[in-house]
Amino acid sequence: MSGSPRRRLRVNPILCDGYGYCAEIVPELISLDDWGFPIVDTRPIDDDKVLGLSDRAVATCPRLALLLEDVALEQH
Amino acid sequence: MADHFRPTELNALQTGRSTPSRPPAAVGTRLTAGPGQKAGYERLADHQRRLGARPAGGRWLLDVLQQSGLRGRGGAWFPTWRKWAAVAEHSDGHSVVVINASEGEPLSAKDRTLISLRPHLVLDGAVLAADTLGANDIVVYLSRGAQTSERTLQSAIKERGRAGLLEPPMHIVRTAHRYIAGEASAVVNRVSGGPSKPRFTLRRAAENGVDDRPTLVQNVETLAHVALIARHGSDWFRTLGTASTPGSTLMTLWGNVKRPGVYEVDLGARLGGVLETAGGTVSPPGGALLGGYFGTWLSPKSLQDLPLDADTLRSTHQASLGCGVLAVLPNGSCGVVEAARIFSYLAAETAGQCGPCVNGLSAIAETMERIAVSDAVPSDLDQVRRWVDMVRGRGACHHPDGAVGMLSSALTVFNDHLGFHVSGQRCHGVDVTGFPQPPIPGRGWR
Repeated sequence: MSGSPRRRLRVNPILCDGYGYCAEIVPELISLDDWGFPIVDTRPIDDDKVLGLSDRAVATCPRLALLLEDVALEQH
Repeated sequence: MADHFRPTELNALQTGRSTPSRPPAAVGTRLTAGPGQKAGYERLADHQRRLGARPAGGRWLLDVLQQSGLRGRGGAWFPTWRKWAAVAEHSDGHSVVVINASEGEPLSAKDRTLISLRPHLVLDGAVLAADTLGANDIVVYLSRGAQTSERTLQSAIKERGRAGLLEPPMHIVRTAHRYIAGEASAVVNRVSGGPSKPRFTLRRAAENGVDDRPTLVQNVETLAHVALIARHGSDWFRTLGTASTPGSTLMTLWGNVKRPGVYEVDLGARLGGVLETAGGTVSPPGGALLGGYFGTWLSPKSLQDLPLDADTLRSTHQASLGCGVLAVLPNGSCGVVEAARIFSYLAAETAGQCGPCVNGLSAIAETMERIAVSDAVPSDLDQVRRWVDMVRGRGACHHPDGAVGMLSSALTVFNDHLGFHVSGQRCHGVDVTGFPQPPIPGRGWR
């Protein structure tokens, strides 16, 4: 299902425990707040390299709190 | 246009601490038209005699609701027909209608007031929704401790059964009285058997709600309006209010007003007219909080002429009627202090699930408490403003957004006075009473 739909990062703040790995992997899109929780740029990702890093961050999250979603879903 | 405020209802009711003088005798023309409070709730037979039998719901009602322009009275003012259409789209005869009567907002008394007077109007609205959306269950979602509402509804539901009305089964689900227990995903969570905490979901209740069924979660007052619109039509509904915000609405008036209570008002009114309905202010107002604890602080200047119309409120003051609460500051009291008190309550009412809400709100609350008692320096204020921007939009629900929205309006409206608080001078507003104080935060989530 890769290809046409654009994707964006999203964090499930209930699952997130602030491990912070994601911010190290994709500093382009994720920074940490004063308490170590991620501030995520949720705009659609156009850069392939950043999209690859985002994929890795999603896979690395120990809480499975990070996800990449198709932008069409966001309409809801 | 001159002040075209028309008081459509004056069943003022006591809402708590501040004692209202005698309730006005006039009777409303819509939700609360008919017998007054002394008569108890309106029985089914009386209700049917006065308004006629409930028509059957169906697709036609979706169109009529769209034409009526009815918006949800739970706080978001979302177009009701659109909410219904989303459920209808996913429903195949097994969806759920939840009557949201949790009224977690401490300053609001309108929903329980309406239930105590017109439970059958509310239940009619829920059955109409069920008919229209293909729902086979109706749930009444109530706060524990709302015993009067529960007794009234139980008895009203029994009456309908005895009258042999062919309606989906109605049952009551209770929850702990918490500020965010009425948030749609928290409602779905609780009615599905879990705690009344919001959940993170990519699909809305309309699609995937109670027990994964399409679910309509609708405020009590909204359903009562539906029951009247189904009987009288959309043109009738639009004879009050404005083009973008038609109809009447229930408001709870508090604090610096002569007769605090719940009033049904014309949405075409201005705030000054609404205040008159409650007997005017006791002392020159020091400002007001509109829309409840997630609402907006208003300066004394803007109070009089502000229209209730949703679009105008948003464009001119970034404000909303929210759940219809107007709490007026007494002369000499301090909006910074009251906003800090409310913020502390809201910080304590976090569901404790999301890092930015748990940490951010408590950090802001602590600093605001120091600012309130003039034990702060100017950089504390900068820190609060930075945190406000930092936590906005980062919870699973809008609890942090609502809390910092209320606070930042206070920081804007009372900006001139803030300098006083961060320069070490004592603000005497701390000791002034007359503005409703937040309750002790709730316990438990079931």
